[in-house]
Amino acid sequence: MQIWALILILICLAAYGHVIGRRRAISFAAAKPALLHSLPFYHGAYLALWVVIPSLLAIALWLVAQGPIIESLIISGLNTDTQALSADRLSLVLNDIVNVASGDIPSREPTPEIAAAAQKFSELKKLSNLGMVVISLGLGIACLWWAKGKISAEFRARNQVERIFTIIMILASTIAILTTIGIVLSLLFEAWRFFLRIPLDDFLFGLQWSPQTAIRADQVGASGSFGAIPIFAGTLLITVIAMCVAVPLGLMSAIYMSEYASNRLRGVIKPLLEILAGVPTVVYGFFAALTVAPFFRGMGETVGLDVSSESALAAGVVMGIMIIPFVSSLSDDVMNAVPQTLRDGSFALGATKSETIRQVVLPAALPGVVGAVLLAVSRAIGETMIVVMAAGLAANLTANPFEAVTTVTVQIVTLLVGDQEFDSSKTLAAFALGLVLFFITLSLNVFALRIVRKYREKYD
Amino acid sequence: MADGERFNMEAAEAKVLVRDVNVFYGEKQALFDIDLDIGRNQVTSLIGPSGCGKSTFLRCMNRMNDVIDGCRVEGSIKVDGDEVLDAGIDPVQLRRRVGMVFQKPNPFPKSIYDNVAYGPRIHGLVSSQDDLDELVQTSLERAALWEEVKDRLHQPGTGLSGGQQQRLCIARAVAVRPDVILMDEPCSALDPIATARVEELIEELKKAYSIVIVTHSMQQAARVSQRTAFFHLGVLVEVGVTEQIFTAPRDERTQGYITGRFG
Ligand SMILES: Nc1ncnc2c1ncn2[C@@H]1O[C@H](COP(=O)(O)OP(=O)(O)OP(=O)(O)O)[C@@H](O)[C@H]1O
Ligand SMILES: [Mg+2]
Repeated sequence: MQIWALILILICLAAYGHVIGRRRAISFAAAKPALLHSLPFYHGAYLALWVVIPSLLAIALWLVAQGPIIESLIISGLNTDTQALSADRLSLVLNDIVNVASGDIPSREPTPEIAAAAQKFSELKKLSNLGMVVISLGLGIACLWWAKGKISAEFRARNQVERIFTIIMILASTIAILTTIGIVLSLLFEAWRFFLRIPLDDFLFGLQWSPQTAIRADQVGASGSFGAIPIFAGTLLITVIAMCVAVPLGLMSAIYMSEYASNRLRGVIKPLLEILAGVPTVVYGFFAALTVAPFFRGMGETVGLDVSSESALAAGVVMGIMIIPFVSSLSDDVMNAVPQTLRDGSFALGATKSETIRQVVLPAALPGVVGAVLLAVSRAIGETMIVVMAAGLAANLTANPFEAVTTVTVQIVTLLVGDQEFDSSKTLAAFALGLVLFFITLSLNVFALRIVRKYREKYD
Repeated sequence: MADGERFNMEAAEAKVLVRDVNVFYGEKQALFDIDLDIGRNQVTSLIGPSGCGKSTFLRCMNRMNDVIDGCRVEGSIKVDGDEVLDAGIDPVQLRRRVGMVFQKPNPFPKSIYDNVAYGPRIHGLVSSQDDLDELVQTSLERAALWEEVKDRLHQPGTGLSGGQQQRLCIARAVAVRPDVILMDEPCSALDPIATARVEELIEELKKAYSIVIVTHSMQQAARVSQRTAFFHLGVLVEVGVTEQIFTAPRDERTQGYITGRFG
């Protein structure tokens, strides 16, 4: 039986549980209505939850456990010399068995041994499936019956249901937290392997980035050096350029939208600006590489500046345009949230509109504006596509916006794209870069939170 | 208004002269042909049931209705002989002369000091830091708040209690040295003790300013004001010496309102 059919049946069972839970509660209520502790709905919900949760847990457990168990059963059924194969080869054999069983093309002509094992595999699989259906439905019905017995007038169904929902919500948030922890741990682990090969201070303070390592000992010119300064400097340069574009433009359009534009105009401008955020970054990428970069190059030529055709300037400016809506939309929202009474108070003292904006609205909205800007910064730091296309790959250590530079994210991409061994310094370097990037964004966030806390004001 | 003369005083002692004022919110008319004089160095109270246009009238006098979309004011309001509703007059200049205290205290999210210094700073009223300090102190003293906050001038104004916040807003309004102070239900968020302090303060401010106060409390109007105006459904029904309004109202609507039969 398919999983979804099973789940459908469970849902029907839960619905049935809900109905009989309500009925039972109502039948108690008919006798002594005032004594019913919880509304009938909660009694029904209580039964339904008892049907769904244990059986879903059982299904999940079963699905997790069945793979390894079937596998070990198959292996123990194989010839002893096959069993003696190395783990890698054994998994190949297993793969073949699964392929034969599911009718796919195996990597070679199946031997009788494999054919027999495949036969056994299908049988086990069917058995397991049946077991799962029986167990989960049985569990659902048993729980339904048991929980039904608990319903009485005094039974605190509402409290129970609410507690179950609390637990579900806690679990949901735990999943997000655990995922984060998992990501950090895997980053830490891989980065640690990298730092076993390359000393930490070489990485953090080295001025030379050329991650090509020699594959054969006799190769020349590929010594591999992992000084990350140039690429962090490149990231910084591009981010600064982007913010120089995005913050003034974004803030000014936010001020215009929230303080000057009529509601109708604002309703038009805001979505239009937000379209900027919806354009795929690849599109920005070729806009930067094919339109903006040549434009800057031409401009540079006319004034006698040497602008390279892949420049930090082009990438930064286009990136700045892309993140304008991050700054403008959020700032507009927070400025709109500043109570009108504060503006009135300022006007009533004879302040002009611009004085009011500068001295009352902006300070009151500052935490939100800072948050918006920092969000834009982290967006700029994490942006990859535009830089790949418009700023180049050369890890130059320079503060000159007319030269080609590269950024952390771009390097991570180039390190991991293509066929790579997963334990060379080159690929591991990507994790080290990722780790540093992670700490940078983390500290940015912490910093932003502190600013927000410091300036947070109550308006009432 | 036909018998408008009856409502009004000698031009010499009037600070603000309001004539034939009509106010519209979009299509809807909120005030009808208002004629009213505001006496110099007097407290004038505006009473009337909710929604009768008291706040709207108050906002006409410092052009705060300009801020509201779709609000239109017609007629003539003269402050010391200068026409307020003239398109040519700068509302920013006007509001310096006609200050306002709102129904809900609305201190800026700044320190107590900066709240009071805000007006003087933007108008360049003082030239030195010492002068500013002094102005802040006298304003806070006038608002009877100095003793309570003198040790915490640089803490946020939003951290004060509701009553203190309202007195801070009064100090803020006083600090720009206006001629007229408009108060829209300044005590509606205050407890009796804070209310009593604000009333004392109004009594004190009267010596230097002309004050218009909107209130829902008949007792308050009777306590603090020399003249009282009764509004009903956007019409100024009756205005006169406070005592006369409360003891011998001429209009039966006034009678009904002050005896609590409606409103
Ligand atoms: N911004 C506005 N837009 C449209 N109509 C408004 C606006 N402000 C007030 N009005 C209307 O104008 C009329 C007078 O309102 P106003 O606020 O002046 O009453 P009020 O006498 O101050 O009442 P309250 O004692 O409740 O404060 C009311 O009918 C109100 O609905
Ligand atoms: Mg009002």
